[in-house]
Amino acid sequence: MRFIFKTSYDQDIRLAKHGGHQFWYGLLLVLLLAAPWWLPEYWLAQLTFVLIYGIAGLGLMLLTGYTGLFSIGHAAFFGVGAYAEAILVAAGLPFPLAMACAAVLAGAVGIIVGLPALRVKGIYLAIATLAFGFIVEEVFARWESVTGGNAGMMVDTPALFGREIDSSGGFYFICLVTAVLCTLGVLNLLRAPTGRAFVAIRDSEISAQALGINLAWYKTLAFVLSAALTGLAGALYGHKIMFLSPEQFDIIQSIDLLLLVVIGGLGSVHGAFLGAAFLIAMPQLISLGKDWLPAVVGQAPGLQVFVYGVVLIAFVLFEPMGIYGRWLKMRTWLQMFPFYEKGMFRRQKSFQKSERLR
Amino acid sequence: MTHEVVLELLNVEAAYGPVRALRGVSLQVRQGRIATVLGSNGAGKTTILRTISGIVDPRKGSVIYKGQDITARDPAWIVRQGLVHVPEGREVFPLLSVRENLLMGAYTRSDRDAVARDMEQVYAYFPILKERAGQDAGLLSGGQQQMLAISRALMARPVLMLLDEPSLGLSPLLTREIFEIIVRINRERGTTILLVEQNANMALNAADDGYVLENGRIVMEDTCAALREKEDIKEFYLGMKDAGVRGERRWKKRKTWR
Amino acid sequence: MSSKRDGKGGAGEVLLSVRNLGVVFGGLRAVDDVSFDVRRGEVFTLIGPNGAGKTTVFNLISRIYQPGSGEIRYQAEGGEVLLTAQPPHKVAALGIARTFQNIELFEHASVLRNLLIGHHTHRESHFWGELLFTPATRRAERRAREAVERIIDFLELQKYRDLMVSGLPYGVRKVVELGRALCARPDLLLLDEPSSGLNVEETDDMAFWIHDIVRELGITVLMVEHDMRLVSRVSDRVLALNQGQVLVSGTPTQVQASAAVVEAYLGSAEDVVSLRRPA
Repeated sequence: MRFIFKTSYDQDIRLAKHGGHQFWYGLLLVLLLAAPWWLPEYWLAQLTFVLIYGIAGLGLMLLTGYTGLFSIGHAAFFGVGAYAEAILVAAGLPFPLAMACAAVLAGAVGIIVGLPALRVKGIYLAIATLAFGFIVEEVFARWESVTGGNAGMMVDTPALFGREIDSSGGFYFICLVTAVLCTLGVLNLLRAPTGRAFVAIRDSEISAQALGINLAWYKTLAFVLSAALTGLAGALYGHKIMFLSPEQFDIIQSIDLLLLVVIGGLGSVHGAFLGAAFLIAMPQLISLGKDWLPAVVGQAPGLQVFVYGVVLIAFVLFEPMGIYGRWLKMRTWLQMFPFYEKGMFRRQKSFQKSERLR
Repeated sequence: MTHEVVLELLNVEAAYGPVRALRGVSLQVRQGRIATVLGSNGAGKTTILRTISGIVDPRKGSVIYKGQDITARDPAWIVRQGLVHVPEGREVFPLLSVRENLLMGAYTRSDRDAVARDMEQVYAYFPILKERAGQDAGLLSGGQQQMLAISRALMARPVLMLLDEPSLGLSPLLTREIFEIIVRINRERGTTILLVEQNANMALNAADDGYVLENGRIVMEDTCAALREKEDIKEFYLGMKDAGVRGERRWKKRKTWR
Repeated sequence: MSSKRDGKGGAGEVLLSVRNLGVVFGGLRAVDDVSFDVRRGEVFTLIGPNGAGKTTVFNLISRIYQPGSGEIRYQAEGGEVLLTAQPPHKVAALGIARTFQNIELFEHASVLRNLLIGHHTHRESHFWGELLFTPATRRAERRAREAVERIIDFLELQKYRDLMVSGLPYGVRKVVELGRALCARPDLLLLDEPSSGLNVEETDDMAFWIHDIVRELGITVLMVEHDMRLVSRVSDRVLALNQGQVLVSGTPTQVQASAAVVEAYLGSAEDVVSLRRPA
């Protein structure tokens, strides 16, 4: 068992709360930095995708996990970021500037969704975001002069300081640096009044307001930040995939993102990256498993989507706290051993109140 | 005259996640009598009723109703056996009218005529409900909602009624009125009642048998007549302190040994 | 039980002035031509049966509802303010904080977090500083923590500081909500049924907290209450409402003795003996 003896408020304000944190996260960082040297090329590419989806997940997590606003149209911001980046880079804008602009543009689009979101709650907000996702996908398809429509558009390789980053290792570092900076930014916000205001809005809007939190301002801010982060991830995604087309940003992508945050663990930064790892690993596992399944099942179209659905249902039923939640329970077991009580986290039957009454 | 035991709890332990709400509770409710469980919030009173009505599954122990083990059974089935729970905080259906709420109470019944007669009986107990029969239940005041919640339970023709803090949030006048009706229901219809209350004064006068619950355990049980005379009950639950000597001293400074 | 505070406090200036306040919900006059003043340093209590409009008055003051008629004036630090023209989130910044009848805590946060959110109106950092967590932000965080710790000490919540609010006993949750309102450093504290759900000991504690809040922290208290013993113990003045209208106002003893109040609300004193089963 770990006993933390606190001697100053800084220990609570710091990000790394104790020696153990510093050690393990330091180790993780070292492993990640060294990845291009010890990971085979294929897995490095997958890790790059995990980082990209992790950033996108971070955006959605901030909105859904921390502010409590559900969005099933987040692929729209992913796409806005991706297309914006592709267009700006093709127009000759330097890579870092293009990335920043893509994020800002996605954030601006976030305001457009955020404003009506102020009037609408719960499931109705989710429906509004769903509609928004469809609209944006259509815009990608129809606005051919800009996006190339359904025929798609190519994305140039990014160039930093005059040199093209065409190696997977180089691009991996760009994604790693972006992911670390984004994570630190989000963690900083969460330990400051802004992050606490988000959590307050999620848990009780009425008392948040009574304590001086301007709901409209913070909800809009949450949308903007969330959209910007997801847009930034989209920009990186475009470079990695090298070819964009509207159907990459459809409802399935939005659901993938939502799946990511729910399975990862709503309301935790770890959850964004754990969920991303899950999202990238699942198709690999399914392909591996296909060989052992009878042909009629293994070759069925939509097998992947089916498995995703089953896994999502399983998590919601049995592990609503997500992968991170499961890890917390395991860690509690390890820390409290042998005093862990079976059923410490057992849930009781719960009874749901109608949305109309909230 | 001994009355048979309608409901019995044997060593019930219940928890919400890591929080142990009940740590081994045993009690008996006798036919035709009113039993009350007293205790502050967090003592576990609501959990007892929820465990009986099947909303919460106990970790250990059993609930025996009319000689049958009903532990962790489906709540809807338990209602059909004549055991009805009036939850804490009223929980009327706010978007249904008063009349519809009452009909929902009779959901498990199929004898239409008897249901209509029971509805008339309920309107006789609470004339204000008849006045507001067509109004949405959400618009009623707290006291009226409590009357509706009790009436809704009556519509199920209960043999045993579980009442969770009927006085919660109500004025002294209304609390008295509600308790009068509760006693009337017991005297006129013979309905056995298990009442959980914070208002010890009302409960100890209205009920026949009492249990005192603290931190998930029964710490005292007796007839209410005996409990009313006990010094500890008088001081801690009925608020009858000797003014002057102990009056102004803070609890925290007194009970440092707890 | 005679009041210990009959008219003692309440000699100060008028802090909150409610004039001809009225609001209609679904055809029902929830509040009908209600007027009263709350003076600095006093404990002013609203009593009355359910549906009398007490919590509605609170909700009008904290701007959750818009009144149909009448106005509320408040003496803020910067001068008199027409409260009924303010948006809801400005109320805390003006120096008015409240608790809720049914406890509206932030369930998925610790006690410390809840209290820190209470401190929100006094935050000194801004968005960009927080994003980069500049040294200025760190210092602001430390100061916020110190301010909150003073409230934790005042309410003796030390051992609950890092615990999740959702698992705590009801009495403690009530104190946490009180603490959260105090962290907003209000001049006027609105307490909505502070003793509801509390047992005799906890209600006594609440009475002591209210005394301390007024005497040590210099905060004016406006409360809604059903427990007449608590009302008598802490209130300077009492206003009885019934069906949205003012019945009687005065000292606790006066109001409790008023025939109108007895008839509409209190009932004849404790005639509960008649409930007993005849032997």
